[in-house]
Amino acid sequence: MIQCRRYSAFVLVALLCVLPHMLDRYWIDVCVSIGLYALLALSLNVILGQAGIFHMGHAAFYAVGAYVTAIVNTQFHIPVLWLMPLAGCAAALFALLVARPIIHLRGDYLLIVTIGIVEIVRIALINDVGGLTGGANGIFGISRPEIFGFTIKKSMQFYYLVWGMVGCSVLLLGWLARSRFGRALSYIKEDDVAAEGCGVDVARYKLMAFVFGAFWAGMAGTLYAAKMTIIAPESFSFMESVIIFAVVILSGGSQLGVLVSTFLFIGLPELLREFSNARMLLFGLAMMLMMIWRPQGLLPPLPRRYNVQAALAALRRRKAEAEPEHKAKAKQGEA
Amino acid sequence: MEEFFQQLLNGLAVGGIYALVALGYTMVYGVLKLINFAHGDLFTIGAYLGMTLLVSSGMAGSLSPLLVLLVVFIMVALLVALVGCLLERAAYRPLRKANRLSAVVSALGASIFFQNAVMLIYGARLYVYPEDWRPDFTVDILGFTVPGVRLLVIMASLLLMFALHSFIQRTRTGAAIRAVAIDQSAARLMGINVDRIISLVFLIGPGLGGAAGMMVGIYYGQIDFTMGWSYGLKAFTAAILGGIGNIPGAMLGGLLLGVIEALSSAYISMAWKDAIAFLVLILILIIRPTGLLGERVADKL
Repeated sequence: MIQCRRYSAFVLVALLCVLPHMLDRYWIDVCVSIGLYALLALSLNVILGQAGIFHMGHAAFYAVGAYVTAIVNTQFHIPVLWLMPLAGCAAALFALLVARPIIHLRGDYLLIVTIGIVEIVRIALINDVGGLTGGANGIFGISRPEIFGFTIKKSMQFYYLVWGMVGCSVLLLGWLARSRFGRALSYIKEDDVAAEGCGVDVARYKLMAFVFGAFWAGMAGTLYAAKMTIIAPESFSFMESVIIFAVVILSGGSQLGVLVSTFLFIGLPELLREFSNARMLLFGLAMMLMMIWRPQGLLPPLPRRYNVQAALAALRRRKAEAEPEHKAKAKQGEA
Repeated sequence: MEEFFQQLLNGLAVGGIYALVALGYTMVYGVLKLINFAHGDLFTIGAYLGMTLLVSSGMAGSLSPLLVLLVVFIMVALLVALVGCLLERAAYRPLRKANRLSAVVSALGASIFFQNAVMLIYGARLYVYPEDWRPDFTVDILGFTVPGVRLLVIMASLLLMFALHSFIQRTRTGAAIRAVAIDQSAARLMGINVDRIISLVFLIGPGLGGAAGMMVGIYYGQIDFTMGWSYGLKAFTAAILGGIGNIPGAMLGGLLLGVIEALSSAYISMAWKDAIAFLVLILILIIRPTGLLGERVADKL
């Protein structure tokens, strides 16, 4: 199973590298948009897939990242890509502020509150808060990204920029999932009471997952602003959040699953253009059927593997090392 | 003073509609501990069905408009109740034993499904409710002229709420619903057919929701296929405000939210009207998650 997934991952990477050379401009643009969704879905996967926090307001963080990029770029003319960390930090800070008081809420209540947050953000953007967001028309004239004096203009170049970022995210987030942090998150997802009992600070880890996911979404927002050069509140509507949410839920929570389900749910409707009206209908139907027949999602993460033999051997060695000392101490005691 | 009074009545009318939708949320939550996200879209279906029936009703000349409205109103409530019952069979019953959040996702899927089904059938444009049936008389109260449709909406919602309240409190079936809400397995041991009670709740809740959808059509005169989300979320806010699972709480919460919204849009800002409801929701969940009347402490909230 692991081998099988590893091979399919290699095939996927190879395919993604050569893909743009086989497609026309329209389809490259579609792939760029799939890449942006994949970034968002990967970042939401930390919160929803790994920590099991039902968060449906991801578009809010995406919006914060995109708007911070747009505002700073158009007002101060700082190159777009330099703004990526700033956009991420702004989104993370925003997430920290809003999530701090609500993180302890139980599953479905949290879901409702995050929906409320994304709506409040959208209404705030439309109402032109502080005269910065440009109201319902949004902001236009965002400059193209530059790397070492090389301006990225063509779809093909954007393709490599966005998918390069997706590649980095997969590596980094994969490492994170295997780390102590990732293990704590899966424990919280499985059973938060037991996790709390074992000394995992549940509220703190949940908040960290939230803030980290928001950081990544904010950076994706920068790429979106740079690609579109125009952003408006309607791009960050509640429906957008629902789509990302559904992609992650249906993926099952593994990184490969997230990429596959992004392709299925964002890419496939483009192939079936004549059914594009029924796209969301099928989406809803898939969500219902999936929960009934395959509630764990398309490709759930494989069970963690631990080298039990090695761990036992290490334990035995440590015991053996401790033994002579112990005996020596006991002898001293007798004497 | 005039504006305050009119806004208060407007708030009560809208609040009555919120309360009717909130009752569906709160009853379903009571028996299944599930937030029925598709409830808002059942409300939309009610609004569209009401429009279709009113337009196509051949009763135009022969009966008085109010009687036609009443007949269509009852038909809409029955049809939407049927849809709600089918929804429970198809999407929620197979998940009764599963993880609670799977059912929430299924409910979300159902909501998206219904919303887009309405869009595909009727088209994505805004619809204007048939004018002929709109009651256009006015009534003088304390020297103020009040549109009759406003009073009718308030009266209809109060009447429905009162009927539901007596049904739940006075009848044997009502007692069975309360029993299932408190403890399903104990209720089953007492000889209550739990599946039938759950089906019944999914008849009553959506029925009231569908009726509320038609009331919105008559009150505002226009409907669109996305309205289920905003009304649904606000009604859910109302249910939480009153204490979810608590039937009088949903009524109080709905009326209160309607009045808060009407007054704040009149005196604070029209543009932020929708944000205020969500702000109320977030505040109530932070400060008092059990709601105003919720005496039952929700577990692990």
